[in-house]
Amino acid sequence: MIEFRDVTKQYPDGTVAVDGLDLTVEDGKITVFVGPSGCGKTTSLRMINRMIDPTGGSILLDGKDIRESDPPLLRRGIGYVIQHAGLFPHRTVLDNVATVPLLTGAGKRAARARAAELLELVGLPQEVARRYPPQLSGGQQQRVGVARALAADPPVLLMDEPFSAVDPVVRDDLQQQLLRLQSELDKTIVFVTHDIDEAIKIGDRVAVFRVGGRLAQYDTPSALLAKPADDFVSSFVGRDRGYRALGFLTATGVPVAPVATVPAGGEVARAREALVDGWAVVVDEERRPLGWVSAETLSQMDGSVDAEQLVSGGSLFEVDSTAGTAGSLRNALDAALSSPAAVGIAVDGRGAVVGGVTAQTVLAALADARRSGEVPG
Amino acid sequence: MNAAFAWLFDPEHWSGPTGIPARILEHLGYTSLSVLFAAAIAVPLGAVIGHTGRGTFLVAGLSNGLRALPELGLLTLLVLLTYVGLLPVVISLVILAVPPILAGTYSGIRNVDRAVVDAAHGMGMRSSTVLLRVELPNALPLVLGGIRAATLQVIATATIAAYVSLGGLGRFVIDGNNAGPGSPDGYPQMAAGAIVVAVLALVVEGALALVERAVVSPGVRDAARAGRSARMRRRPTGDVVENPI
Amino acid sequence: MNIDWPWPWLERNLDDIAEATGEHLFLALLPVLVGLAVSVPLGWAASRWRVARGILVPLAGVLYTIPSLALITLVPLALGTRIIDPLNVQVPLAIYTIALLVRSVSDALAAVPREVTAAATALGYRPVHQFLTVELPLAVPVIVAGLRVAVVSAMSLTAVGALVGIGGLGQLITEGFLRNNGVELVVAIALIVVLALVIDALLLLVGRAVTPWVRAQRGTGASA
Repeated sequence: MIEFRDVTKQYPDGTVAVDGLDLTVEDGKITVFVGPSGCGKTTSLRMINRMIDPTGGSILLDGKDIRESDPPLLRRGIGYVIQHAGLFPHRTVLDNVATVPLLTGAGKRAARARAAELLELVGLPQEVARRYPPQLSGGQQQRVGVARALAADPPVLLMDEPFSAVDPVVRDDLQQQLLRLQSELDKTIVFVTHDIDEAIKIGDRVAVFRVGGRLAQYDTPSALLAKPADDFVSSFVGRDRGYRALGFLTATGVPVAPVATVPAGGEVARAREALVDGWAVVVDEERRPLGWVSAETLSQMDGSVDAEQLVSGGSLFEVDSTAGTAGSLRNALDAALSSPAAVGIAVDGRGAVVGGVTAQTVLAALADARRSGEVPG
Repeated sequence: MNAAFAWLFDPEHWSGPTGIPARILEHLGYTSLSVLFAAAIAVPLGAVIGHTGRGTFLVAGLSNGLRALPELGLLTLLVLLTYVGLLPVVISLVILAVPPILAGTYSGIRNVDRAVVDAAHGMGMRSSTVLLRVELPNALPLVLGGIRAATLQVIATATIAAYVSLGGLGRFVIDGNNAGPGSPDGYPQMAAGAIVVAVLALVVEGALALVERAVVSPGVRDAARAGRSARMRRRPTGDVVENPI
Repeated sequence: MNIDWPWPWLERNLDDIAEATGEHLFLALLPVLVGLAVSVPLGWAASRWRVARGILVPLAGVLYTIPSLALITLVPLALGTRIIDPLNVQVPLAIYTIALLVRSVSDALAAVPREVTAAATALGYRPVHQFLTVELPLAVPVIVAGLRVAVVSAMSLTAVGALVGIGGLGQLITEGFLRNNGVELVVAIALIVVLALVIDALLLLVGRAVTPWVRAQRGTGASA
């Protein structure tokens, strides 16, 4: 557990980077510090491993004031990942990851064996171990950075905008991987970002900072979206916050109606009869959706339903609640809105079509949830 | 130390054809003569190599090879091969002054923003016009840097050349040494000569820095400074060499 | 000028030549080593404190500008050494080396990416350990480049010491000149040039051997 108690950081020129911060970071959770630049989020993070010392207040790590610890020793017990990874360009990837075990006195062989395990854990192939960091892509470097921070198995991991210098696709990948790692490792992670979407996606708890180093709100992502504390938080969280909040509600309560399906390769005449409201979903042998057909598209096909000439469908959402992988209300609504037939396709865990939902049914389900107090209004 | 300054400020040593002012003028004379010759050879050559990209090996080869050649060896060898006189000494000085100017001009032309050169061609300038009107003015800071380095190299080597009977400020050091350290015209004379040479070098360096500032277009100056500090290093004798990193 | 078939002269004087060569190497290389040892802490200071840089870099520029013979001549005045003391040559060579390397070291250390030093600190390095195992190794390529220029210049400048009676291969040059002995002159020049180039090549190879990451980076064309 990391406790900030009335922590203040003022620089000699008078700038206040952090102003009276009171906050408790829970064990085994991902806590995200988010805010515009100059809000003191990075300063707060760097005070935890004493890269910066506060000018007022105290920080407790597991009940012990960190000022009583020798900084290098304290840091060896806290993993640290930064933007651009900060890998040592003069050491191989393997030796980069082995850094902290070596510092803490492990033998070279043991340290390297541990490093090799970690490279595997973060999903890097063994052959990168002998390369030097500049020979790796940005995403790979960032994975090495995470591996290096985890090498000594520290209970606490600090991540300072670790994914902001990579392209969106790679970033998404790295975020997924972090969540997967966290589900296995249960570290206490403090994560700094300026991207509210990233904060909401990966945080168990999110601390929103405002310029001047004051904490504006500290809450779960869903509460942050549903009940922003003030205008600053609501504008920082963004215009679509109501819509994004749907992402935290499962779609299990949405009634799924039957939807018209026709097999790919079937007769056009039969398909024409099967249309409901002018549309039908074309499925393969496993009932997986391929696209939509309307009376108009069917009139351009001769004989059988041609999988090459379909109207492409919208997003899908999963309703297999038994596997615990049910989609959110946001997924359901998006599926309905993005569908050419205005019907969102619901699929099961194997991807087979089970039915459809309309925007109206999704919104009705939301209204029910509100009435029953399941959702804060 | 007092003896050296006493010798230096003795009015007797400040007049006549072997006095300090006359020796300073001689020294400056050899220096400007040699640097002018060297520049007349190295600036056009460096410009053409930089412009065409042909003969690059010559630039690197000359500055690397000549850095290892002892100045004293070159001077004595040329004099021994020919005769005792001004010409072999000036030839040695020119040989030593060419590489830094060549390297300066070459890198100056090479460092000109390729987009600027493309734009000049795109506007319909001939190749020679591009070189004279665009590349050379932009290369000026490095060309002048090369000339400055060459000048300091020549001032230093001209001092050594007193050993092969050249006039100039080196005479005081060599004559003092020949007179024997104990004599009143011995070490005091050497030290006084050395002080004057050191001061002359610093003054010339300062003056050339001022000239550079006055001549170079302000727009070019700032851009060049960054490139120069990163890419060029000066060797102890004042020679500009391209850093081998 | 008198250039005979060189072998008889070489054979007769092999011992003297060997002795002069040894002396030359001692005169030239020791100051470079000392200069290197002094430059690293000075360069570190210059990279760390703006005030130190503001003093050291211009001072290095001024010292560079002073002609070698003048500096050699002025050492006895400044340090009180005897007129023929090896220090009279070695001190100026050390000064030139320091003047060259302080700037190289400081630039190279300043060029170490901030995220690398921040990462090292955050991983728990102590300052001295971090300097020796992270920052200094990353500065090695630039330092070696400066060292190569310094050592080659030192080899050729050492010859100037012969003008004020200090030994080494420069003495063979002055002796050959005075005796009109072309063989002696050419042998001395050739030895200086060849030795300088050999040491230069050795430094290049050692520099490459201790910085394997530089070549790996170049191979991919990636930048650090």
